[in-house]
Amino acid sequence: MSTITWITARGLFGRRRFLLLLPLPLVLLGLAVLCRSLGVDPGEWGPPVLVGLGLAVVLPVVALIIGTGVLGAEIDDGTVVHILTKPLPRWQIVLPKLAVAAGVTAVTVAVPLYVAGVLADSVRLGLALAASATLGALAYSALFLALSLVTRRPVLLGLVYVLIWEGLLGNFVSGTKVLSIQQYVIALADRLAPTGLLETTVSVPVASVMTALVSIGFTVLAIDRLRSFSVAGETS
Amino acid sequence: MSTLSLTGVSRWYGNVVAVNDISMALGPGVTGLLGPNGAGKTTLLHMMAGFLAPSRGTVTLDDEPTWRNPDVYRRLGLVSEREAVQGFLTAYEFVLASAKLHRLTDPAAAARRAIDLVELESAQDRRIGTYSKGMRQRARVAAALVHDPQVLLLDEPFNGMDPRQRLHMMQLLHTLGDAGRTILFSSHILEEVEQVSGTVQVMVAGRLAASGDFRTIRRLMTNRPHVFAIRSTDDRALAVALIAEPSVSGVELDPTGLTVRAGDYGAFTRALPRIALKQGIRVRQLVPSDESLESVFSYLVEA
Repeated sequence: MSTITWITARGLFGRRRFLLLLPLPLVLLGLAVLCRSLGVDPGEWGPPVLVGLGLAVVLPVVALIIGTGVLGAEIDDGTVVHILTKPLPRWQIVLPKLAVAAGVTAVTVAVPLYVAGVLADSVRLGLALAASATLGALAYSALFLALSLVTRRPVLLGLVYVLIWEGLLGNFVSGTKVLSIQQYVIALADRLAPTGLLETTVSVPVASVMTALVSIGFTVLAIDRLRSFSVAGETS
Repeated sequence: MSTLSLTGVSRWYGNVVAVNDISMALGPGVTGLLGPNGAGKTTLLHMMAGFLAPSRGTVTLDDEPTWRNPDVYRRLGLVSEREAVQGFLTAYEFVLASAKLHRLTDPAAAARRAIDLVELESAQDRRIGTYSKGMRQRARVAAALVHDPQVLLLDEPFNGMDPRQRLHMMQLLHTLGDAGRTILFSSHILEEVEQVSGTVQVMVAGRLAASGDFRTIRRLMTNRPHVFAIRSTDDRALAVALIAEPSVSGVELDPTGLTVRAGDYGAFTRALPRIALKQGIRVRQLVPSDESLESVFSYLVEA
């Protein structure tokens, strides 16, 4: 394991902020188990729990907390300087951090989604949700990691994207769905396990290409921004 | 041997000019960057360390720009002012991580050597979060020294240190400077600079107000009186003889000795032995009493 990965992981798990990650997946899991045990028709609880809660809230919010934390927290408290004063090409800093963010997000979200998918329909749906959520975790992490280098308020901006752009506008202005990671994840999951539970307007090729573009594009942006990273002086 | 060169460097934030047209070349030895808070010292250090782009001018380390060039960190170490460290690591882990990130061949040995250098062995296995401010500072210095850089930049390194730690840090900087390293440290406390370094770069309001040996700087300001405290076998007779000397502008006699104000540093120091010899007076003590950096500095700020 690289030193950057090690420091990032220790920083992430060593902070209390990490505890924020636990409630959301647990709620998702709890609701799925509850609906199943009460014998509610999956057609009724599937879409709101799997999509409305799992893919629209749990995945992006967990990714937001972790993605803005792996580098953003170090920028906030100034410890990033220790990593930056090393003769490392900046991609060697960004990629391990992205890997930690995407990996931890994927594990935190994919497991409850898998269980909920199995309870709602089949193992195939569970696997499809877990796999597409992992891809989504990568795209979201790249986006939020880049945000933490572009703005000083990455969490706020990330929430605006998740809640306003994906959550609100997606319902009224269908065009915004083309630029919504959530829609790509739904489209990919539906392609892997076609059921009546997932609905999307984005085609699978668009979803695949856009997921790759978002992941790579924001990673490149993050590397470039880190290259020009400025420490604010006392005067600013 | 590395040289850090600044050529016409300015940095502004909107309408605020933080650093204004500074040129300097830093070679081996210890240099103090002195100035009041808000003078732009940190901004200048950040530009030297490649953490800020100059709005105008160039900052180079051995002809390579420091901005957007991580390779300079092979030869450059930085101890920033913010005492941020990963508090969940022990000092040894922290310094070792630095050594590994530098891709040193034997990171463990390098980490131990750096920790020895700052005398932190006894606490190296405790979490940094439990350290005092001075200890944390030393841990950071160890991390910055782990790759034995040619150039070391320290922003207010003595902040929060107790006198013993301060003394030790000063000795450390001296040792590094004598070994041919280029050391620059910033401070707003004059005694610190005076004790560590004979060479100063004085910044006032974003400009380089003076640069060079601080005693020389003081001497160059001939329009200001230099104050000397003198004790001799016959203070009163010496006072009478001195006041006849053109370079002396005032003499004050008190029970502890003489306080002499001289307009011309060179002329006075040459005249004094001659006068004492002629009068048969033995000079027991001659102390330039305002030679401290404090007075140099207040002159510069007033000017």
